[in-house]
Amino acid sequence: MSFDYDQYIRGGKLPHIWCPGCTYGIVFKSLLRAVDSLKIPKDDIALVSGIGCASRLPGYVDWNTLHTTHGRALPFATGLKLVRPDKKVMVVSGDGDATAIGGNHFIHACRRNIDITVIVLNNFIYGMTGGQHSPTTPMGHIATTMPYGNVDPIFNIPELAKGAGASWVGRGTAYHVPALDKLIIEAIQHKGLSVLEIINACPTTHGRRNKFKSPTDMLLWMKDTFLPITAFGKLPPEKTAGKFPTGVLFKKEGAPEYCETYYGLVERLKKQREKGA
Amino acid sequence: MGTFKLLQGNEACAEGALYAGCTLFAGYPITPSTEVAEYLSRRLPLIGGAFIQMEDEIAAMAAVIGGSLAGAKALTATSGPGFSLKQENLGFGMLCEVPCVIVDVMRGGPSTGVPTGPSQSDIMQCKWGTHGDHPVICLTPAYVQEIFSETVRAFNLAEKYRTPVIVAFDEVVGHMREKIEIPDKGVLPLENRRRPTCPPSEYKPFDETKGDVPPMADFFSGYRQHITGLNHASDGFPVNASPRIHTDEQRLIRKVEGNRKDIIRYETVMLDDAEVAVFAYGVSGRSGKSAVELARAAGIKAGLFRPLTIWPFPEEEVAALASRVSAIVVPELSLGQIIYEVDRCAKGKCRVEGIFRVDGDPITPTQIFDKIKEVK
Amino acid sequence: MANQQVTTAEKIEAIENPTVKISIIPRYCKGCDICVKLCPTQVLAMERFLVKVVDIDKCNACMLCELRCPDFAIFIDKKIVDKKTTEVQETPKGE
Repeated sequence: MSFDYDQYIRGGKLPHIWCPGCTYGIVFKSLLRAVDSLKIPKDDIALVSGIGCASRLPGYVDWNTLHTTHGRALPFATGLKLVRPDKKVMVVSGDGDATAIGGNHFIHACRRNIDITVIVLNNFIYGMTGGQHSPTTPMGHIATTMPYGNVDPIFNIPELAKGAGASWVGRGTAYHVPALDKLIIEAIQHKGLSVLEIINACPTTHGRRNKFKSPTDMLLWMKDTFLPITAFGKLPPEKTAGKFPTGVLFKKEGAPEYCETYYGLVERLKKQREKGA
Repeated sequence: MGTFKLLQGNEACAEGALYAGCTLFAGYPITPSTEVAEYLSRRLPLIGGAFIQMEDEIAAMAAVIGGSLAGAKALTATSGPGFSLKQENLGFGMLCEVPCVIVDVMRGGPSTGVPTGPSQSDIMQCKWGTHGDHPVICLTPAYVQEIFSETVRAFNLAEKYRTPVIVAFDEVVGHMREKIEIPDKGVLPLENRRRPTCPPSEYKPFDETKGDVPPMADFFSGYRQHITGLNHASDGFPVNASPRIHTDEQRLIRKVEGNRKDIIRYETVMLDDAEVAVFAYGVSGRSGKSAVELARAAGIKAGLFRPLTIWPFPEEEVAALASRVSAIVVPELSLGQIIYEVDRCAKGKCRVEGIFRVDGDPITPTQIFDKIKEVK
Repeated sequence: MANQQVTTAEKIEAIENPTVKISIIPRYCKGCDICVKLCPTQVLAMERFLVKVVDIDKCNACMLCELRCPDFAIFIDKKIVDKKTTEVQETPKGE
């Protein structure tokens, strides 16, 4: 095998709970390869999640893992990071968890630019609860709470993150796997709030209701809909409808990182006291 | 000899937290608790601690739990509406046995209520606010000095029993100023959570074989673990439809209920030979004390039972009291909440009469004295 | 908790030829068909909702099945033949 996943997966936990054809397993493997290549010691990583299928990921990994309440991974992660700013804190969240109930925490974490890596697994649906529409379910798609086709407008997650102040924003897919490894690496290495949206498929509650014949069809849909940024850039304007770029979509190096700013203040106050003493 | 300061109740709370070793405050502005946050925003950076105003009350509760999991003693402070918001994450803290302290400076309710007026109408919410069965420790100081010492005690209980502890006092006590003594460091004993000593490969975050309060490892300390809000086994991983869920939840309740002797504290005033008792806490307890003095001056054998621990409820003490008095008067700034507990424990052995007031002002000693006369 | 050899503790069905070894862990395979459909040389097929190797000689160790399997159910070991000694070793882990 090309990679020893054993070193990271908690014993006796496989096969994981995700459905046949769920692409989260593909992303999971990519995450393990990416973190391994960065050689971050397991004790130095915390992976925090909320509720949903994406949020089940941390239970499988031999890091410091925290499975919290729906939408609230980011503030739990913020508490961890504030107390241990020297450690790597990551969040994995689904589309509903991150942008619906977790929306407020999402935009504020971006605004703070705190050094947390946020991986949003977007499968366009609330899968765990049976297939209700989420803020990313495409218009017209069938969901259990949109039985006549979705009429609820949707978020563009990278745009949301960028608008809120995130200093690194990217998008990958479960189809474009080698590129995904690189994106995860860059998202983790970036100092500041990174948001990596990863396009995924839920064949069970979304694909089946929306004319996708198989999990493979959903992967091929990703291939056709989410294009590497250079290819996307080459499309004539009339051909971009319904297509989205992948890759590093926005990056701002050197933006003030929250813990650095806060503890910088603490240092300055200490120096002032020492001078005055 | 410690340091003497003229402090507001909220400020004394902040001082108590600092004395206890608090190094993280996460909160949100809400009257009448904001001074706790503001005081700590000045002091925590000076000791290298972390202060953060989060985007909402829910986030504040989450950040406190996250910080505690990383090993910090953490505090949040709020009032009714914020306390309502915090409930889900508070339950998470209870199920996952995370030490932390939550201050609720009670104001008029429900909803936005009377932000600058006192109440005691969150007291049942302190016990039952979050869904599911859960252990609760709630302390109810009535004097500024007590707010200081009960906040220290709250941190100690949180660490000792690996559970969130609520400190609930009303707006009057929170905003009044009294002279207090802050003892020198080392005078008041401080507790720290028991951390594991076994090899990391053997560590289980909820290992009941190590006692009702299992050792707790800090995140990033070499003891990797999984903490989840799903009902879980001793290794931290979720379980479904298992007898474990029942026994483990019983353990959580037992952590508190089985340690009543250690956790329950109260003050009594002239209670030994009393024929009428006043059961009151917080600002009502202060009025109760004056009322009892008025009654004694009028020849009535009245006495005060003032709980400092309201949850777990002092059941045995109230049951014993009910056996030897003819009536218990329960003044509370609500339309009747804690009276139900008093009544339950009295088991019909004496009259239980309430004085309820929710108009934004405290119950006066005269009101209580009149009731004492009425029930005697 | 102790990290056991997760995948290799499971029953593995391996089939090999001089250039490649394909290992399948039947307990993990959920029959999603992704590896079968996306194999560029049609090495694999589904049989009773489990993946099976049908023509190993067509396998060029492109690794796409392993990369795209969500369930840790299929692994490819490309055999490296040392030209001097003709000693065969399987792909070292981590490459």
